[in-house]
Amino acid sequence: MAALSNHPDDTASPQDSARDGAGVHTVDLTTATVRTLNAELHAPTARRYRVLSPRGAHAVAVGVDDELDIHVEGDVGYYCGGMNQGGTIVVDGSAGPGLAENMMSGTVRVRGDASQSAGATARGGLLVVEGTASMRCGISMKGVDIVVGGDVGPMSAFMAQAGRLVVCGDAGDGLGDSIYEARLYVRGKVGALGADCIEKEIRDEHRSELAELLTAAGMTDLAGDPAALAEFRRFGSARRLYHFTSERSGSY
Amino acid sequence: MSTSDGRGLRESATFDRATIAAIQHAAETGVYDIRGWGAKRPLPHFDDLLFLGASMSRYPLEGYRERCDTDVVLGDRHAERPLHLSTPVTIAGMSFGALSAQAKESLGRGASEVGTSTTTGDGGMTDEERGHSKTLVYQVLPSRYGMNPDHLRAADAIEVVLGQGAKPGGGGMLLGQKISDRVAGMRTLPPGIDQRSACRHPDWTGPDDLAIKILELREITDWQKPIYVKVGATRTYYDVKLAVAAGADVVVVDGMQGGTAATQEVFIEHVGIPILAAIPQAVQALSELGLHRKVQLVVSGGIRTGADVAKAMALGADAVAIGTAALIALGDNDPRWAKEYESIGSAAGFYDDFQDGRDPAGITTQDPELAARLDPLQGGRRIANYLRVLTLEAQTIARACGKGHLLHLEPEDLVSLTIEAAAMARVPLAGTSWIPGRTPL
Amino acid sequence: MCGIIGLHLRDPDLYPRLGQLLDTMLAGAVERGPDAAGIAVYGDRERVPEGHSAVSVLGAPDDPAAALGQLLPAVTASRAGATTVITAAVDPEALAAAVRSVAPEAKVVGIGSELVVYKDIGNPRELAETYDLASAHGWQGLAHTRMATESAITPEGSHPFSVGRDLCLVHNGSFSNHATIRRALRHEGIEFDSENDTEVAARFVAACLADGDDLEKALHRLGQEFDGFYTLLVTTADGFAVVRDEIACKPAIVAEHPRWVAMASEFRSLAELPGISQARVFEPDPGKVYAWQR
Repeated sequence: MAALSNHPDDTASPQDSARDGAGVHTVDLTTATVRTLNAELHAPTARRYRVLSPRGAHAVAVGVDDELDIHVEGDVGYYCGGMNQGGTIVVDGSAGPGLAENMMSGTVRVRGDASQSAGATARGGLLVVEGTASMRCGISMKGVDIVVGGDVGPMSAFMAQAGRLVVCGDAGDGLGDSIYEARLYVRGKVGALGADCIEKEIRDEHRSELAELLTAAGMTDLAGDPAALAEFRRFGSARRLYHFTSERSGSY
Repeated sequence: MSTSDGRGLRESATFDRATIAAIQHAAETGVYDIRGWGAKRPLPHFDDLLFLGASMSRYPLEGYRERCDTDVVLGDRHAERPLHLSTPVTIAGMSFGALSAQAKESLGRGASEVGTSTTTGDGGMTDEERGHSKTLVYQVLPSRYGMNPDHLRAADAIEVVLGQGAKPGGGGMLLGQKISDRVAGMRTLPPGIDQRSACRHPDWTGPDDLAIKILELREITDWQKPIYVKVGATRTYYDVKLAVAAGADVVVVDGMQGGTAATQEVFIEHVGIPILAAIPQAVQALSELGLHRKVQLVVSGGIRTGADVAKAMALGADAVAIGTAALIALGDNDPRWAKEYESIGSAAGFYDDFQDGRDPAGITTQDPELAARLDPLQGGRRIANYLRVLTLEAQTIARACGKGHLLHLEPEDLVSLTIEAAAMARVPLAGTSWIPGRTPL
Repeated sequence: MCGIIGLHLRDPDLYPRLGQLLDTMLAGAVERGPDAAGIAVYGDRERVPEGHSAVSVLGAPDDPAAALGQLLPAVTASRAGATTVITAAVDPEALAAAVRSVAPEAKVVGIGSELVVYKDIGNPRELAETYDLASAHGWQGLAHTRMATESAITPEGSHPFSVGRDLCLVHNGSFSNHATIRRALRHEGIEFDSENDTEVAARFVAACLADGDDLEKALHRLGQEFDGFYTLLVTTADGFAVVRDEIACKPAIVAEHPRWVAMASEFRSLAELPGISQARVFEPDPGKVYAWQR
């Protein structure tokens, strides 16, 4: 049952992947399986990869453990770039749930939108969503930096432990609910804040941190525009739920 | 229960002394009671079952002479490298954080010595336990504390945890006393705070999405490692079917007697079902799918003796896991610490405050002085001894039933002492052929 | 737990391709629901001729047209797997009543003048062939693949649930207080075909519509009454609505294009739609009802 389509028995024919003159290894998912792709990325024979026609496939470029450049041309399904460690993965399209979940290091960039739980539990590296991110963006984030060009959905940064989330658009309701030590920056409107999340003063060091994050995300116009930077607000933990007490038992 | 001390005093069965104390505590503090250990209430359990040893109609095997194997293979449905264990008694998931590093190391040493597996917990993998565990199962939990692809690759199997028997449907709470710098660092949290764990996974919900999550884990680990799915026992028949539908190689079912480091008392005592009632449901689900013994079933929650091991396997489990019993083997609730238990308001044999980190035995603590009381070498030996006894006891029973392997035990080797257990375990009441609800009286 | 796909066509030039497009979309939902599958097609005039009605029946007698032909004009019957589709040149309720009179044991699982429903258990890909999905034409359709949670894998328990004229509902998720709502509906005299939690939602919506609610209001009322996680796709004689619960863990993705509106559990079901790269693709906000009309 539930025979998802990537079983190792499904092997690709040789013409499914090819290397061009510049040393870029191309894998076309019209004919090759995701298993073939990931097996190649886990024992890489090249440093640069093109992945064609993902058409919403799941688990594209997961478990990368090397400084590879991977360019995915199209839309991906669940968990693209999952647990990335050092890879630079660019998706020219949109991404399904759990984008770059538990990333350790490296960069994952999505040119389109990301579905729910983008950057979930990620511990390091940089996740850039140029479009919008859906619900629960940065849920339980543990050190990753996330920069979203558009909006993020409700319950983003839920239980966010560490790292930084920059939202250039609006944030949905419940932002930063039960947040620990993560730092949140939002330029647009913010819905109702989650439990224990409060607005905090934005000082010069925060503005420089913000400019650094935007620069790292390639959003240099915004990073270099003091007026735009001034529009961002900062949010973080009130640290009132750090110790369990009866007075706040309704917030747990 | 009523008592009289000669003055005609009578204790209320409804409002007994423990209930009165609980109401008084709630009124004083406004906080519910959080404690460790598992359910303490009386429950239908393996004690309510007995084996039908062979005599005339069947022939027993000679103890210590005639072969009765104990080895099991777990996870050969999809994984390239299934686990081969010498005994079906494994160590259940318990976190570094809940337990000291010395305790985790002891479990690893003991399990490795007898050729079985141990399991990480809600706090990541420590070098001590990886280093000292020949076979280590790595848990993927909702919190993903310390979750790390290197550890995923370093593990021998992966266990996706949906719930545990002490609190099916609940998240976790590790109180600040136990969040040492090292625990905090592994979990990316400030030291000393009360740490909450979520009740659902952050990036999937439901079996259809779990199937995709399992695919991702297989892809990351190149389809080598078995994937377990662990559930707390409740709607076990459905949950096992769905775990299999989602692609599990092994299903772990933890009954309500299963332990915890820190959970609300009300949760421990009132949510979930006994393991006795869960095993037949799980076996029915696997049998209907044609996968009994192909997708292996590991059960836990109240396993204490080799008889419990044998009974669980006779009901259809492929292996068992022990948690609380392993801690007791390590020295938990040992009378040698009686004075210290008294000093913290408990007593040897009653200590369940695993949440507060002051464990005199040095097991459920992060206090360096207390933790140093447990010597991992000695602890490892105790665990190995205990695991050997469990295995030998189970073998003794299996031989008495004429079985050449523990896996050859079957429900027909069992009878029940109570109608309740007969109905739950689906074995006849002793001396009859009556299984309530299944056969005519 | 399941996979959903739905397609509402705006451009009549695409009507002849409805079934072929749905068939392609279904490929992206098979793994989410390996136990069973059902489809619904609106406006296929070969399956429901103009001026006729259709009912979809489980457990139909061997030759229903012969028995019904005595009672109704222009009766046809065709069987596909567990489902028998019966048409006649009368209004849908008269047709359903006649079917019940000649086959009291049979269950009517689809009823309408635009709609045909097929449902059964088994591999979704094979069922799509059984239903001849690829040849369907019309202006709207949906398909559902099922991973059964708590109720049995039976044709009755398969989706879609079509419990009102030209009404269809499919679900991904699971409700956690449906037993109570089922009891309340039964108390009002509403009968059920299965133990499936989704059937409760379908009967609830139908009851709200019968009370005079519009679809949007009915779905809001559902959101107030039902606990649990759900993505629902509801189709009617003139439209198409999508709603997710307030927590919105179960996936849903909508694509809107000048020529069509589509929704699916996963993007991969939408990847081959004509013009997908120009479509506005978005995830429905929690608790919000999205509706499109002809």
